[in-house]
Amino acid sequence: MSGGRRTGAVRRAAQAAFAAADRAFDRPFGAAANPWRQLGALGFLLFWIVAVTGIYVYIGYDSRADGAYASVAALSSNAFPLGSFARSLHRYASDAFVVVVLAHLAREWAFERYAHFRRFSWLTGVALLWLVFASGIGGFWLVWDRLAQYSLIATAEWLDALPFFGGALVRNFIAADAVSDRFFSLLVFLHIGFPLALLALMWVHLQRLARPRTHPPRALAWGVTAALALLAIVRPVASAPPADLATAPGTLPLDWFYLGVHAFADTASPGMLWLAAVALTSWLAALAWWSVPARRAPPPAAVVDLANCNGCGRCFADCPYAAVTMTQRTDGKALPRQAVVDPALCAGCGICAGACPSSTPFRSVRDLVTGIDLPQATVHALRAALDAALARFAAIAADPARPRIVVFGCAPEGDTSTLARLADARTAAIGVLCAAQVPPSFVEFALRSGADGVMVTGCRTGDCAFRLGDRWTTERIAAAREPHLRTAVARTRVRTAWVDRRDTRGLADALTAFRASLTAVSLADTPHVPPKRIGGGTAARPA
Amino acid sequence: MSAHMAGRWTSYGLQAVCYAAFMAVVGYFSTSPPYVHLPEGKALVKLSIQHAGQRKEECRERTPEELAKLAPNMRSATLCPRERAPVTVEVEVDGEPLFAVTAPPSGFARDGASSIYRRVAVPAGSHRFVARMRDSATGGFTFVVDRTVDLQAGRVLVLDFDANRGGWIFRT
Repeated sequence: MSGGRRTGAVRRAAQAAFAAADRAFDRPFGAAANPWRQLGALGFLLFWIVAVTGIYVYIGYDSRADGAYASVAALSSNAFPLGSFARSLHRYASDAFVVVVLAHLAREWAFERYAHFRRFSWLTGVALLWLVFASGIGGFWLVWDRLAQYSLIATAEWLDALPFFGGALVRNFIAADAVSDRFFSLLVFLHIGFPLALLALMWVHLQRLARPRTHPPRALAWGVTAALALLAIVRPVASAPPADLATAPGTLPLDWFYLGVHAFADTASPGMLWLAAVALTSWLAALAWWSVPARRAPPPAAVVDLANCNGCGRCFADCPYAAVTMTQRTDGKALPRQAVVDPALCAGCGICAGACPSSTPFRSVRDLVTGIDLPQATVHALRAALDAALARFAAIAADPARPRIVVFGCAPEGDTSTLARLADARTAAIGVLCAAQVPPSFVEFALRSGADGVMVTGCRTGDCAFRLGDRWTTERIAAAREPHLRTAVARTRVRTAWVDRRDTRGLADALTAFRASLTAVSLADTPHVPPKRIGGGTAARPA
Repeated sequence: MSAHMAGRWTSYGLQAVCYAAFMAVVGYFSTSPPYVHLPEGKALVKLSIQHAGQRKEECRERTPEELAKLAPNMRSATLCPRERAPVTVEVEVDGEPLFAVTAPPSGFARDGASSIYRRVAVPAGSHRFVARMRDSATGGFTFVVDRTVDLQAGRVLVLDFDANRGGWIFRT
């Protein structure tokens, strides 16, 4: 088996493992608060816990060479109020930060989220790994115990393996009197400076995302915080004996999250550690350009049709990847703005088309051209598919016991096989790139044209392949977001189902439940009003 | 208790299990398994030297022809090539070779100090160390020391060199 195929097999296995973990955690936590889908947000939470506890611990820290160890010991003995708790929480949150960051990285890799429009986020995320390490490792040195001594010398040895240091750095630590107050000021500066740089890069990391999740759901946030606080109380962090450069540390309580690299360097060599670190970083970065997903053609970008764009900005507001911007009008129309798509950032999800007020099947134009649309999956094609389904329904007599249902289901990779299994004589399954590609007017149109119910399905809550599709769809149908489903539409006849798109049984169960619900509703009480297509204007007004 | 409440408590229980597993992973790998940096009964010998070798070539007077080729403002009569010789160090312990290193001078012009750093664990006890250094391009070892050191377990012996202080320095 070649290296590439082996990597592909490992990645697929990892993806299956993450998908299984997702499902397993859905039950206790709920889909929206599933920690596996909140890894990035948990990273931010942990960063803030580390920052707050770090500031508190620093109040009690003595940055003199002969005072550092004693001041940390005083913290641990609670001579400084809550010192032991704050120090332990600081340490455990830092360790948990590494766990969460690595899990986040592994999950994004497993789901191939590193190419094209995700390239920027991926590359900045890879760079963050180095800053996480640099931010964390400095904290161990400040304690100035045997562990600090070992880590500091091991780091100096590691840096000395670079040609331009060439053994000069570690000479700073060969004599007992080599460490000065000024050196500790430098360590403090590094341990504040690197986390600030980390925070800055975390902010940059999110720049290509609209509405990034930086706060996990409240229950999850409290749960993680409480778990770490409990750990800090039950197992407070203790210092090793004080550093002594005249002796060598023997057995050490190594923090493997940050200091495991030293053990690797001891076993192999500092040069090998550089080789491994640079190779891993390069491989991760190269995925963004030379991996199989990166070599695939990028998704065709959304296209703006100025004749149908009224500059309302809904596509701008809903785009999950900030690919749409609003600029000054260029076609001379008396409208202030127009949408512009950056193809390099566009995910080709169609959420913008679903947000466009001109994307309505009530328009009577023969070719339904919308203000913004996807060339590979147009709103016109969606209307044609719906028209075909409704024409089929029209030939079937209404039967309250056997409702006719239109299912709009997401199929981001174009695989509609799972969705197709739902189709039968009284169920039409229409695949879309994302649930939020379906404008709410299509739901109303279907209901007014012979469908007894409309179900919109998409990825699990919080796990949308395009980040925000489930959220926007839910809010549009709840009339909490534009374009909204008109309040006149009976919500008993509309259902959303956030089921993993590969979950055939889950989808079937959701449809069965909806069908039973529709049957229970007296369809006779809600007579169909024949739809009326409005004139072929340029852009339909919001409902 | 209703089925709904039972389901809710089951969820809370499962959440607690997940949080406990998370705490266990973080708590355990925060300090465990212990790492043995220096095994019991061993001492550490470090060779750490930063020393500039001799110039490879002596200063000499430029010939009139050489001076004529230079720009008028560059006509320094004496030419002193900057490149230094590499520094070679050999250390034996109890007659067995411990280190043998040749370090080139640093800098683009090869005129900086040579740096050497090595460390190795040795059994604790009394050892006879012979250290030699050569810092010129020609000739043999110019700085040689033969010393017996009693090394206790866990102690660090640093073999340093400072020509201004007589050559080899044994720091314990």
